[in-house]
Amino acid sequence: MADPLLRTPLHDRHVAAGAKVVPFAGWEMPVQYTGVLEEHRTVRESVGVFDVSHMGEVETTGPGALDFLQRVLSNDVSRIAVGGAQYSLLCKEDGGVLDDLFTYRLGPERYLTVTNAANHPKDLAWLQQQAERFDCEVTDRAQDHAMLAVQGPLARETVQVMSDRPLPAKFKAEPRLVLGREVLVCGTGYTGEDGVELLTRPEDAGVIWDELMRRGAKPIGLAARDTLRLEVCFHLYGNDLMESRGPIEAGLGWACKEDTGFIGAEAVRAVREAGPQEKLVPFVMTAGGLARQGNPVVGGGEVTSGTMGPSLGVGIGMAYVPAEKATPGTPFEIDVRGKTRPAEVHTKPLYSKETP
Amino acid sequence: MADASYPEDLLYHPEHDWARIDGDVATLGVTWYAQDALGEVVFFDPPEVGKNITKDEPYAEVESVKAVSDVVAPLSGEIVEVNTGLSDNPETINEDAYGSGWLVKIRMSDPSERDGLMGQSEYVATLTS
Repeated sequence: MADPLLRTPLHDRHVAAGAKVVPFAGWEMPVQYTGVLEEHRTVRESVGVFDVSHMGEVETTGPGALDFLQRVLSNDVSRIAVGGAQYSLLCKEDGGVLDDLFTYRLGPERYLTVTNAANHPKDLAWLQQQAERFDCEVTDRAQDHAMLAVQGPLARETVQVMSDRPLPAKFKAEPRLVLGREVLVCGTGYTGEDGVELLTRPEDAGVIWDELMRRGAKPIGLAARDTLRLEVCFHLYGNDLMESRGPIEAGLGWACKEDTGFIGAEAVRAVREAGPQEKLVPFVMTAGGLARQGNPVVGGGEVTSGTMGPSLGVGIGMAYVPAEKATPGTPFEIDVRGKTRPAEVHTKPLYSKETP
Repeated sequence: MADASYPEDLLYHPEHDWARIDGDVATLGVTWYAQDALGEVVFFDPPEVGKNITKDEPYAEVESVKAVSDVVAPLSGEIVEVNTGLSDNPETINEDAYGSGWLVKIRMSDPSERDGLMGQSEYVATLTS
């Protein structure tokens, strides 16, 4: 029998708010409340809150914490100051991507890494195995946190009035008292909008959620989270990132610092120097229609994410295409269930505030 | 559409389609249940006028942000008109499923097929069982 689905501390609130709740990565998660298009617009124009408590957390502590994280994470972890945040990849020896992660430095020898829910058990096992040779402790903290992403142009001012001190800047992560509760406030997000992510104790998530609602924030489901992130070309693990592909072809070379000697660095270096065979590119549909994950690119490659871009009004997506066809403006075709539909490689991001 | 509704003057197919018959022409669309399950429609890919469609087989696709769904033909016939307004405003399928959100009109090839469709009360019973 399959394991029972996990519920976040906010589950009853989602149901009461009329959410459509679906199984996602072993959890029961709200996929939408009032409608994905309206929720998407709310985050672009005002403020929305996502319950992302399904995401996992791993804490690394001890004198060898930095050396260990430098070995397993693709980015240069020594560059994170206390109170800082950094995006990186977890790679295998062959450079294949096990997960993409944000790591927050909580203290001189204390880091918290946020994992994708579906990957958390795999990541934890990998990290604990690799940590054996280092003077550090790797601890599963997934059960100790709920996580709320407050996103949109009004997100910061909405959270600010609930906080004891000014909120941390973008890519900073510091503890604050929010409604008198200890919260790790992170200047990060997955929507292309300003905002913060709040790591709370599970028992504190409800009152913080309620106060955010009282102050006008709207609940946003995972469906809008996907359209928001795709419009700004943020990768989704399991769609755009996978063990069978490496960071360079995914356009994430900026998050890899091979000189740190991380696991997979030599493979990543080799691809960087030789150039990847395929590259992940954002695209727009140029004559209508929507492409979906798994649709083949005519001439080689495949769509890894595809849907309607609500802020753009056209079909958008990301696809791996042959490297020589990856230049913005290059037209190509996608086989959408037997129908050939034209698309064009676009610059990143697909959507920005400046886009008319 | 906020509230479920199923007009009494329509015929219904178990795949959540409706048909409104006028002489030998039938107007086809999807039911409230179908549009609600699908969510906001963001793309309708109409078949071509002149194409023949077959009862119980897919003849078009409607897409929401999350998924694509086949639309199954409740009756057989030749497409004589498609709702071109849906290309710019596919959300009409959600907003007015039985009115301006109609999908296609067909000239029925076998009018007796209507006897295999359900009336309103019979269809509604399938939704609650």
